[in-house]
Amino acid sequence: MNGNWEVVIGLEIHNQLATQSKIFSGASTAYGAAPNTQACLVDLGYPGVLPVLNEEAVRMATKFGLAVNATVSPRSVFARKNYFYPDLPKGYQISQFELPIVVGGELFIKDADGKDKRIGITRAHLEEDAGKSIHEGLDRSTGIDLNRAGTPLLEIVSEPDLRSAKEAVAYLRKIHTLVRYLGISDGNMQEGSFRCDANVSVRPRGQEELGTRTELKNLNSFRFIEKAINFEVERQIELIEDGGRVRLETRLYDAEKNETRPMRSKEESNDYRYFPDPDLLPIEISAEYVDAVRETLPELPDAKQQRFVDEYGLKADDAGILTASRALADYFEAAASAGTPQVQAIANWIIGDLLGALNKDGLDIEDSRIAAVDLAGLVGRISDNTISGKIAKEVFEAMWAGDGTADAIIESRGLRQITDSSAIEAVVDKVIADNPGQVAEYRAGKDKLIGFFVGQVMKDTQGKANPGQVNKMLKDKLSS
Amino acid sequence: MDLHTQTLTELQGGLDRADFSSVELTQALLDRIARHGEKLNAFISVMGDEALGAAKRADETRAAGGGGVLNGLPIVHKDIFCTQGVLTTCGSRMLENFVSPYDATVVEKLAAAGAVVLGKSNMDEFAMGSSNETSYFGPVKNPWDLERSPGGSSGGSAAAVAARLAPAATGTDTGGSIRQPAALTNTVGLKPTYGRVSRYGMIAFASSLDQAGVITRSAEDAALLLGIMAGFDERDSTSVDHPVPDYVAGLGGSLKGLRVGIVRQHFDSGLDDATGKAVREALAVLESQGATLSEVDLPNLDYCVPTYYVVAPAECSSNMSRFDGIRFGHRAEDPEDLLDLYCRSRGEGFGEEVKRRIMTGTYVLSAGYYDAYYLQAQKVRQLISDDFKKAFASVDVIAGPTTPTPAFRLGDKTDDPITMYLNDIYTIGANLAGLPAMSAPCGMVDGLPVGLHLVGPHWAEESLLRTAFQYQAQTDWHRACPEAYR
Repeated sequence: MNGNWEVVIGLEIHNQLATQSKIFSGASTAYGAAPNTQACLVDLGYPGVLPVLNEEAVRMATKFGLAVNATVSPRSVFARKNYFYPDLPKGYQISQFELPIVVGGELFIKDADGKDKRIGITRAHLEEDAGKSIHEGLDRSTGIDLNRAGTPLLEIVSEPDLRSAKEAVAYLRKIHTLVRYLGISDGNMQEGSFRCDANVSVRPRGQEELGTRTELKNLNSFRFIEKAINFEVERQIELIEDGGRVRLETRLYDAEKNETRPMRSKEESNDYRYFPDPDLLPIEISAEYVDAVRETLPELPDAKQQRFVDEYGLKADDAGILTASRALADYFEAAASAGTPQVQAIANWIIGDLLGALNKDGLDIEDSRIAAVDLAGLVGRISDNTISGKIAKEVFEAMWAGDGTADAIIESRGLRQITDSSAIEAVVDKVIADNPGQVAEYRAGKDKLIGFFVGQVMKDTQGKANPGQVNKMLKDKLSS
Repeated sequence: MDLHTQTLTELQGGLDRADFSSVELTQALLDRIARHGEKLNAFISVMGDEALGAAKRADETRAAGGGGVLNGLPIVHKDIFCTQGVLTTCGSRMLENFVSPYDATVVEKLAAAGAVVLGKSNMDEFAMGSSNETSYFGPVKNPWDLERSPGGSSGGSAAAVAARLAPAATGTDTGGSIRQPAALTNTVGLKPTYGRVSRYGMIAFASSLDQAGVITRSAEDAALLLGIMAGFDERDSTSVDHPVPDYVAGLGGSLKGLRVGIVRQHFDSGLDDATGKAVREALAVLESQGATLSEVDLPNLDYCVPTYYVVAPAECSSNMSRFDGIRFGHRAEDPEDLLDLYCRSRGEGFGEEVKRRIMTGTYVLSAGYYDAYYLQAQKVRQLISDDFKKAFASVDVIAGPTTPTPAFRLGDKTDDPITMYLNDIYTIGANLAGLPAMSAPCGMVDGLPVGLHLVGPHWAEESLLRTAFQYQAQTDWHRACPEAYR
């Protein structure tokens, strides 16, 4: 990327709230039902029907506001955003415009130098989702599925504080983690529960005035978001350097071609004619209500990460990984409190082998094939020298395959480490006797050969000899 | 037995005494509708079989000792209320074939009380009009003079009640749409406080102004029906959880000490002399009953109509958007593409007045015009509300004419929307301020009825109804019936 240019990014996240029913009707929000089976007359915008606010959506928005240190507005107002589209049944979307429910929050990410960087959150507002147009399998016609219509969304708008695609992704991940911690969203990007638009512009480094931005849509994975922003930044810089100018427009990201292309020009876009929705009363939120919601907040990711460092002595990075989801953090804490004192070792096993195995099988931590207490048991057997780290990998594989606890596997497969000195000594003596050439070379100063001797001993003991013990004994005998 | 001449309350007594059955009563009225309905064009749907079925069930329930307050009593619903399984057109080609899959709360409540629905009454298209001439199904005729308009938008309901085709009808009032037709047809029209009656299932025109009410032949009947229709509805967030008094029981009190406010500007230029005289005589009757008259000032009265014609079209433009030809209602044939589908479905489905208001409303909400029109109108609306609040500090009821003139000729005002809009000059303030208001018959000018308009503070339906009831105890204007329908 060109060092003369500064990148400015602001993100709008559309986050589906995990309410049971829709924001203005009693229809279910469950994903994946047959088209139009979860749309009631209110969702269909039938003549005469009226919206009634789902209070759960208000509670969830309040939780979010508190979690990002924002003001939860004592009074916020629903407005109608007017435009025609077949998947928008009423011809307007009920949203919030001038008076949103959450105002002025913040979030901290790590910048390129690993320092804390504050990202401002301009606002978060409640609105209803639209339905979906379906083209697949329909000949010369369009189908409309209104199951999603009326699903509550919390639109979270950041300040243009992000300076690179990496920062944008870090911020997104943080919000993604946060909403799942709060239990206000499942964060499922494939199902569209967590969607993001990026406003991207560039300006000559040092210039205060913002460049003309484009809005990128259709960013449905962290990877695509990063790629789309990087593509767009390059495109804008090239365009300007070639004497062109950036147009204020909405661009769609095409993941297959890894490019963005214009969707519609904002300059000739809709006038949404926002006005307060006369069918709904303003949302009035009292200080008591906010306090009561605050009481229900879980420990938040940043606080948990810090506690893991303070309480368990973990490395900050490891604590960060383990607190990326509440379930993973809970797993770690369950393992750490199972009686095995080596918590950093437990953390290493989770971050390394366990996450690897989960990832390979496409499982979430909730579906781990190894219970937290059993993983702690495995670590315990390593630290009490029952097995070596190498054997432990084998035991882990077996545990993952469902063969039982570490102890059971060690017993049934006879994997217990040989710590009896006389047994090891016999093998060591045999290896020395069998390899006179290597012994001579070692004694002549080729120290590296110690690895060869250890390997031979381990091979003869099927890996069960204590490597430390073997090493020491070999060195003693070879140097005598 | 002339069942059609009786009020709802009188018919209730007759059914209780078993002087006649609901089936007999319903049949008698259906016969009248068959005889006069077409000429008046008061109905969009007549529900003969359904009504007789309901009447039969009501008779059976009554025989078994059960039934609600209105058990077996026939009424008419304005075609703006959704009625399950029955055509609900809202007077528009857009909904010419729309059969509602559900009942409006008002429909549900009246049905639960045992009311028998005779049919759905004609109305201005989507309630936008003051003469019933904007209906896709043609204008309703005023039973007092078939050349004249019955007013609107609840013109069908008013004409049906005035012509004794039904003892009572529901209506809706966004800017005088119950009270003006009531005044022009010699019926009683009540628009309750905004939020008193649920709007659920009532097809929205201007949501912050729309309110359901009734058209009857007596204040007593209006009290009876309001008691059933009123109350909080969890399906309408703008309905208010305010106690519902026994309105009928509240009618009895005297008018002694009632402070009646008169607005000077109401009697200034623009008011027909004879109409003004009739209203003054009515005020004298109130005074003779112990009420005291005093002048009150509504300084922003002149801004009511212009304010209304910004706020109402703004909300209308958005409320009408759901009629897009996609899910229900009129859909243009063989559309070329989506835009063509929208443009032609709406272009063909909506009439001229609806289009005019959609365009006005779209304009006042547009970027660059919003502040100057919509926002400004909201501020003036607040001032108008404040004026009423101040006035009600010194009076209990404001009384005056409902309309500037008696019924005008059909076609007279259709070319000039502004003159038509001015017909609602006295009534619109109550909508902007959300106040309860009613019109009661108070005289005749050249054989055409005149209405007395009463406005009260929020939730003062009881004192309005009592005032009208006591007035009707002293006068016979409300009993007057056009000769052809006696």
